[in-house]
Amino acid sequence: MIEVKNLVKLYGDKRAVDDVTFTVQKGEILGFLGQNGAGKSTTMNIITGYLSSTSGTVTIDGHEILEDPIEAKKKIGYLPEHPPLYLDMTVKEYLGFMYELKKVKLPRKQHIEEICQVVRITDVYNRVIKNLSKGYRQRVGLAQALLGNPDVLILDEPTVGLDPKQMIEIRNLIKSLGQRHTIILSSHILSEVQMTCDRVIVINKGKLVADDTPDNLSHSMSTDHKLLIRVAGPKDEVSKLLAKIPGMQEVSFVGERENGQAFDFSLEADKGLDIRREVFKRLAERDWTLLGMRSTELSLEDIFLQLTADDSGNGGNA
Amino acid sequence: MFAILKRELSAYFASPIGYIYLAVFYVFSGYFFFGVLYSNTTSLSNVFNGMFTIIMLLIPILTMRLLSEDRKNKTDQALLTAPINLISLVMGKFLSALIVYALGVAITLVYAIIIATFARPDWMVICGNIVGMLLLGAALIAIGMFISALTENQVIAAVGGFAAGFSLILVDSLSTLVTIDWLSSFISGLSFMVRYDEFTSGILDISNVLFFVSVCAVFIFFTVRVFEKRRWS
Repeated sequence: MIEVKNLVKLYGDKRAVDDVTFTVQKGEILGFLGQNGAGKSTTMNIITGYLSSTSGTVTIDGHEILEDPIEAKKKIGYLPEHPPLYLDMTVKEYLGFMYELKKVKLPRKQHIEEICQVVRITDVYNRVIKNLSKGYRQRVGLAQALLGNPDVLILDEPTVGLDPKQMIEIRNLIKSLGQRHTIILSSHILSEVQMTCDRVIVINKGKLVADDTPDNLSHSMSTDHKLLIRVAGPKDEVSKLLAKIPGMQEVSFVGERENGQAFDFSLEADKGLDIRREVFKRLAERDWTLLGMRSTELSLEDIFLQLTADDSGNGGNA
Repeated sequence: MFAILKRELSAYFASPIGYIYLAVFYVFSGYFFFGVLYSNTTSLSNVFNGMFTIIMLLIPILTMRLLSEDRKNKTDQALLTAPINLISLVMGKFLSALIVYALGVAITLVYAIIIATFARPDWMVICGNIVGMLLLGAALIAIGMFISALTENQVIAAVGGFAAGFSLILVDSLSTLVTIDWLSSFISGLSFMVRYDEFTSGILDISNVLFFVSVCAVFIFFTVRVFEKRRWS
């Protein structure tokens, strides 16, 4: 459906996008991960035809975006990072304008009403966009992208600036849209991508560093060997005991909790070694209570550190 | 193109800009028309003549936000990723400003009708005047739109438009200062005033029509190129 080949974008000397190649199959939800300034938005702007690449090609359903822009653009619904809203218009006027601009052929009133219901903006339909909250604006932007039922949806950080409840709503919405559309979704929140996407691409400094399913990606960078525990027991002795566990690399004291009744420790064992049972057993033997244990959260920063630590990247081009 | 034309027209009248423009246009043309009535003539040329400077100063107000606002609010992302040609995007914007301008010019028809109740005016001259005024405005709108495409700041776009207008007014005095013959005639060839004056004195010279139309075409083309260039840089 979408084919991106050897995409390069130069801003002066800076390589904003550096030889990025990937394809997206029909009906797939592709997550596009990267830190701020990694080149996500630039790539998306090139795919949608807003910017031109320095070299490389983008093909949407057989139409090259530079050679056949009108046909290619007809197939794309785009929600940029900053929703392109005319603040002086009402939602109704704006969607009507975008409907005409995109030359949508579907029955006008019914189609717009349907979309408004899907993204839940029916109650603000007659309000001026200027007066809408960030969450509603984002949804109006999404509604605009859905006009004309395009085969491809490109969403640049669709949940940024939303409250947690809205985030969940939008994620569910994207998931349900994925049944009928091919979606590229950018984000810097790993859990979001994990929940919604079939496949993930990680981009760093303009380069593609990983291309895999979310499960494989987090599995290959599993942090089983890193634990955070809370123990009720004498601080120094607990620390000594834990350090004796075979394969334990580091035991560090994190802090005093629960009015001095408990202590938090961060444990790091050899990679791939699951020490949870051993930790529990040894503490139980000494009758010190284990109040909590959890794996250290796998953050995007960790993934980045790992992906960029070994030069070629962990997954490379799958 | 019509979607953009429609939106821009409603934007002019959703903000004060459209009304301010029309008010100023009507006030000044009314003032010049008062002069016509006072001097007991049926010739409206005075109105059209006097409006030249006013138009030069008013057009930047119409064009300042035309493209700069889109760039600032990032709505250009919606326009440029929609399945339309750049030229129809630019033409939609251009025509919207031209239509609002024409609403101002339309007041002169009212003056003509008022004059006609006293005595029979020379209708052909009035038609020529109106055509001249529309052509002058179209050319200035194209220039103003081009300047607006260069910046995302409306104030800069407006000041740039005023500067362009003033330079066009100054061109005439410049040509008299230059002593080199060919350069002097080249500069006066650029003069909007000389060509517009011929319209107001009732001369419909096809070369003058072509001049204004060409200015429009060139600056509309430049505007399209600005968009293209921005994509590539």
